[in-house]
Amino acid sequence: MDKTKQEIIDQLRQDLMAWEGFRPPSPGERQEFGLGPIENAFPNQTFPTGVLHEFISSRPEFTAAIGGFIAGIMATLLQNGGVCVWVSYTRRIYPPSLKRFGVNPDRIIFIDVTREKDVLWVTEEALKCSGIAAVICETRLLNFMDSRRLQLAIEQSQVTGFILRKDTKQANTTACTARWTVKPLRSKLRPGIPGVGHPRWQVELLKVKNGHPGTWTMEWRNRSFLHILPQTTIITADNQRYA
Amino acid sequence: MPRRFVSIWFRYLLTDREGIRQKSLREMPVAFTEPDHGRMLVTAMNVHAEQHGVKHGMTAADARVIAPGIQLFDTKPGRNIKLLKGLAEWCLRYTPLVMVDPPDGLLLDVTGCTHLKGSEQEYLKDIVARLKALGYTIRPGMADTIGCAWAVARCAETGLIVPPGGQRNALMPLPPVCLRLAPDLLLKLNQLGFYQVGSFIHLPKSVLKRRFGGNMILRLYQALGQEAEFLLPLKEPVPYTERLACLEPIRTRDAIENAVHTLIDQLCKRLYGEGLGIRSAVLTYCRIDGKSGQLTIGTNHPSQRTEHIFKLFELQLDQVAPGLGIELFILDAPKTEPASDKQSHLWNGKPAADSEQVAELLDNIAARVGTGKINRYLPDEHHWPERAAAPTADLSKTPESEWNEDCIRPVQLLKPPEPIEAMALTPDYAPRQFVYRNERHIIVNADGPERISHEWWEEDGGYRDYYVAEDEEGMRYWLFGTPADLPGQTRRWFIHGYFP
Repeated sequence: MDKTKQEIIDQLRQDLMAWEGFRPPSPGERQEFGLGPIENAFPNQTFPTGVLHEFISSRPEFTAAIGGFIAGIMATLLQNGGVCVWVSYTRRIYPPSLKRFGVNPDRIIFIDVTREKDVLWVTEEALKCSGIAAVICETRLLNFMDSRRLQLAIEQSQVTGFILRKDTKQANTTACTARWTVKPLRSKLRPGIPGVGHPRWQVELLKVKNGHPGTWTMEWRNRSFLHILPQTTIITADNQRYA
Repeated sequence: MPRRFVSIWFRYLLTDREGIRQKSLREMPVAFTEPDHGRMLVTAMNVHAEQHGVKHGMTAADARVIAPGIQLFDTKPGRNIKLLKGLAEWCLRYTPLVMVDPPDGLLLDVTGCTHLKGSEQEYLKDIVARLKALGYTIRPGMADTIGCAWAVARCAETGLIVPPGGQRNALMPLPPVCLRLAPDLLLKLNQLGFYQVGSFIHLPKSVLKRRFGGNMILRLYQALGQEAEFLLPLKEPVPYTERLACLEPIRTRDAIENAVHTLIDQLCKRLYGEGLGIRSAVLTYCRIDGKSGQLTIGTNHPSQRTEHIFKLFELQLDQVAPGLGIELFILDAPKTEPASDKQSHLWNGKPAADSEQVAELLDNIAARVGTGKINRYLPDEHHWPERAAAPTADLSKTPESEWNEDCIRPVQLLKPPEPIEAMALTPDYAPRQFVYRNERHIIVNADGPERISHEWWEEDGGYRDYYVAEDEEGMRYWLFGTPADLPGQTRRWFIHGYFP
């Protein structure tokens, strides 16, 4: 009896997700983002595409880290061809740097609007266009109604949207599927080697629909994400000897 | 098909115009004068003044003596051109190709138009009669070439319509002035006794050229039809245009949208049949009070989809002020291009940057925020970080070189770099700490320097020593120091970007 109850609840959860516009990926469509344990935090153990991801940033250093993280994900999205639209009103992104994250900068169309309110209009138009692989929107303000509009546009077109909220101290309620923050962490080279190592971030999944929020340490190395387990950062006696 | 041209000579252009304005002036001698070396010289006169013996270049005082009661007016520079332009627009009813021929004529390309009035004679008669009704005295000429029509209109007594191929016979009895030559050349011909074109038309080309220069040969052969001469029309005819006249003047937005949609649909169907797509379109609306307005759209990609073109216009429809009502819509497509085959994109997954879907999206965005706001970057062979990416507007352009991956560049770049207060203990090493926006950052790890010099062929300046610096919290910055080894300069530090 218990088991059937559990099954019913599972079935209902699946239905709810479908009604919320969240489709389980069809077998051939699944893309590998190489995010490792982060993917397990999402329903179906898959990084969801065709939804809105919200990234919160309170400092320009975080914005840079988020830019790198998104570019790493975008590299996978752009594998099947297509273009990406980057909407912003105060753009500081430096196109040539994205090549390091596996994205050809000439595949990105930058739209630099002068008024902040045009950002959301352009984003919505771009999200409605199914010929686009991903839309990145740099904005400061995003209220619930706006996010709902964007979500509805996405449900038609199945484009992946990234909302990069700059200079945001407090996050309000939005209709986004996942909310992230990415902060840079001290990079680690092999002990005894001076200099700056590979980009290393603390990726925090603050909120995720039907998933499990969590915190991970990730590194971008050799054109892929690498999960850094906590124990590797502990200095062992062996490491200390070489230090 | 042999071309046919009409030249119209407005013999008394300025005085006729004055006569239209004041009817009383039609019956009395009228002349226009212009100051020249402290005298007033006659530059234009009407037929009555001519009968009294008033001539070009006569002083105003002499004209007053020989023609009592003559009315003199000051010539306004450029007035004849203005009048001719107005008349040229009026002549568009006869042919779409009309050219102003200063100082006192019009040229019409009437190829294939004369049958509309029955015959060439009827056609010319109609022009003369209508212009006479307006108050202009004109002399027309029709021939296969512009030069011959011009000559016949100005100099021939009879035979104003030169039959096809009859230029040589028509020109023979005319004086050399009919060839549009410079005054000094005409004087020379006159002194040599060449009073008619027929007296030198037989001479060999080389002889004429040696004696009178290349220009004379050109003019003669243009009149004969052996050299090409082109007519620059007043208005370029738009090949793709659709008109919609409304039975009742319309004012409501629904009705306007409906009308625009119908027009676009007609035009798109026509273009589809010819395999073309719209690159730019102009919608003109004429209101019943005589005012008109225009809406212009442009597309990134030749489009023949009604819905897309309509959407671009729809974004601008707020600007239409119908006033008392709109009676006529005209849709022109000044720029069209062959449209690509839609099915070519069917099989390759997500479309490329120049696909129709993306192009339509960018059209919509450009219509709202402006075209200059859409940027795409291609790699450029420059070391200087600000120049490493070249903006391009062309969506189909592919990079000519690879993006440089050897140097690590920050994801966020500050434009322009901002000054920081930095403390470096040893020269040629990264600073130990720096203060940016009242925040102190202690640097624990650093890479560098990477020296990037100004590209002297582009712009003068020194070099920058770039460092990748990581502070205690793990934030990574791109810092640079200006040259310290030049005389009279101390090293200043700047922050130029953030690394992920």
